Amino acid sequence: MIYLIRRGERSSRRCEASMKKIKIKFHKPAPGTLKPKKWDDMEPKTRDLLRSLCFLCPSLLGVIIFFVLPFGVVVYYSFTSSAVSGHFVFLKNFVELFHNKAFLIAARNTLKFSFTAVPLAVILALGLALMLEARIPLKSQFRTFFLSPMMVPVASVVLIWQVIFSYGGTMNQFLAIFGADKIDWLKSDYCLTVITILFLWKNLGYNMILFMAGLANIPKELLEVAAVEGATPSYSLFAIKLRYLSPTILFVTILSMINSFKVFREVYLLTGDYPYEGLYMLQHFMNNTFNSLDYQKLSAAAVVMALFMAGLIALLFYAEDRFGKDVEG
Amino acid sequence: MRKKRYFGRFAMFILCAVFAVAFLLPTVLTITNSFMTESEITANYGPVFSTDKTQSYQSGFVNLKLIPDKVSFTQYINGLIRSPDYLIKFWNSVILVVPIVIFQVAIASVAAYAFTRWRGKWRAFIFFFYVILMLMPYQVTLVPNFLVSKWLGIINTRWAIVLPGIFAPFSVFLLTKYMRRIPYSLIEAAKMEGAGEWYIFTRICMPQCRAATYSIAILVFIDYWNMVEQPLILLNDPDKQPLSIFLSQINKGEIGLAFAMATIYMIPSLLLFLHGEEYLVEGIANSGSVKG
Repeated sequence: MIYLIRRGERSSRRCEASMKKIKIKFHKPAPGTLKPKKWDDMEPKTRDLLRSLCFLCPSLLGVIIFFVLPFGVVVYYSFTSSAVSGHFVFLKNFVELFHNKAFLIAARNTLKFSFTAVPLAVILALGLALMLEARIPLKSQFRTFFLSPMMVPVASVVLIWQVIFSYGGTMNQFLAIFGADKIDWLKSDYCLTVITILFLWKNLGYNMILFMAGLANIPKELLEVAAVEGATPSYSLFAIKLRYLSPTILFVTILSMINSFKVFREVYLLTGDYPYEGLYMLQHFMNNTFNSLDYQKLSAAAVVMALFMAGLIALLFYAEDRFGKDVEG
Repeated sequence: MRKKRYFGRFAMFILCAVFAVAFLLPTVLTITNSFMTESEITANYGPVFSTDKTQSYQSGFVNLKLIPDKVSFTQYINGLIRSPDYLIKFWNSVILVVPIVIFQVAIASVAAYAFTRWRGKWRAFIFFFYVILMLMPYQVTLVPNFLVSKWLGIINTRWAIVLPGIFAPFSVFLLTKYMRRIPYSLIEAAKMEGAGEWYIFTRICMPQCRAATYSIAILVFIDYWNMVEQPLILLNDPDKQPLSIFLSQINKGEIGLAFAMATIYMIPSLLLFLHGEEYLVEGIANSGSVKG
């Protein structure tokens, strides 16, 4: 309907425009008469484009100035030998980067951490969401409690983690009851466990809300029919709920992946610039390279990371396209 | 059968309660420990934070305590009245974060309107680009941020943090998702009546998105209130750094003070959180898929 109206509008406008042209041809307008407005003469499409650009330009300009242009320069840097002379060296920086021991350690640690923490974050959050879906008392209070870590300042989190996981900390005290030896958690092979717990503590609430929203979107009739037909709770969980949740699961996975790169904040405050080798993350590498002002190395690392993330995000889009349709259809 | 179901629910409740306690513990500890005297803190946590390394390895365990022996406000008095440092840092945080929240949401709402109202190949592409930018970790944007601030000569000033913060694409993405839910017929009707675009935007779109705007503002606030990475790189001047950084650099001898200041630092986000929890939850729930 709207489409038809629009079309009609457009064609009548075109008609007027051509009439005007004809008029102009036959007798000149007397000087002083109103010229036809330019804005009205435009095609509706161009007009819309201009209008949308008007609304978009503050944000777009900012994004271009602060993110796009400088990232272009970063890409350029990653292909040159030094910022001053600027010889084009093609992939040399990247090759050097992949031979850099610190980078390799950092990348390995970051990936190792991501691949343990992310699945845990997804599964535990899903479990929590499913539990909160059941009819238990104090549901909304629980939700609030699970979200509360979002607000705690990083510094106090770090203090408390130190109290719990240091050599003379609460964790060792607790384990001593069972006769375990004292360990300095942050300087042992268990350091990643400590960080994983911190990551889970911080992110489970957010992920849980996402899952709860996903669960709320499952058509209730479907579950009811399944129950009437005699489906066991586990069947309806695996065959219906998880299937409907698959886009959410994907999204939470990617989001947790991204958040797992942010855990550096806490690691840095817990351990400083040069932590135990098992905790040396990519951000440590970036920070330390930054302090030594090696832009080439830094740019190459940033480009590699951006490519990696872009790949992940493309995967997310592709998967959402496929699974989303699967569920709707 | 019925009994079994009740048992299952009870088990779930217990499990949830255990998780909830674990989640809440750090927050509660921060608050209660801020009411301890410095001597009590040292007595409790001495083994962890003592500067003398050799001694700490010999001495015993910490004493994690929830309730202080004697409630005292000395830490607060020390932090707030005796030295102005903390208040200045707190103020630094405020003047960094408040402009970011206000302008980011303002600019984002205009952009979101553009993404909602007009669609086309190019705008879809730009939107996709925004999503990618939003999902990039800070490690990637760090170098570009630094380069730009250097060119503009705003490095080590507050602008170096505020300006990139204002243009961060996160709220554009979320607001667009909300706005696309406004029935198009509403906009169309207003247009028929002869309303201009600006009028439609301010009088029809924005009032519908009030709750959404609030939830996004809370999310942005919490995110920037606890920032650490940006000031660490872009704002080396300790006089201008926000309290979030300063808290983490408090001397190990002043743990009690750190707890007290952390508690104070938590108040704004806690208030916002308690006031707007419903909105916040809705805001998070709506970020649940990358497509509009």
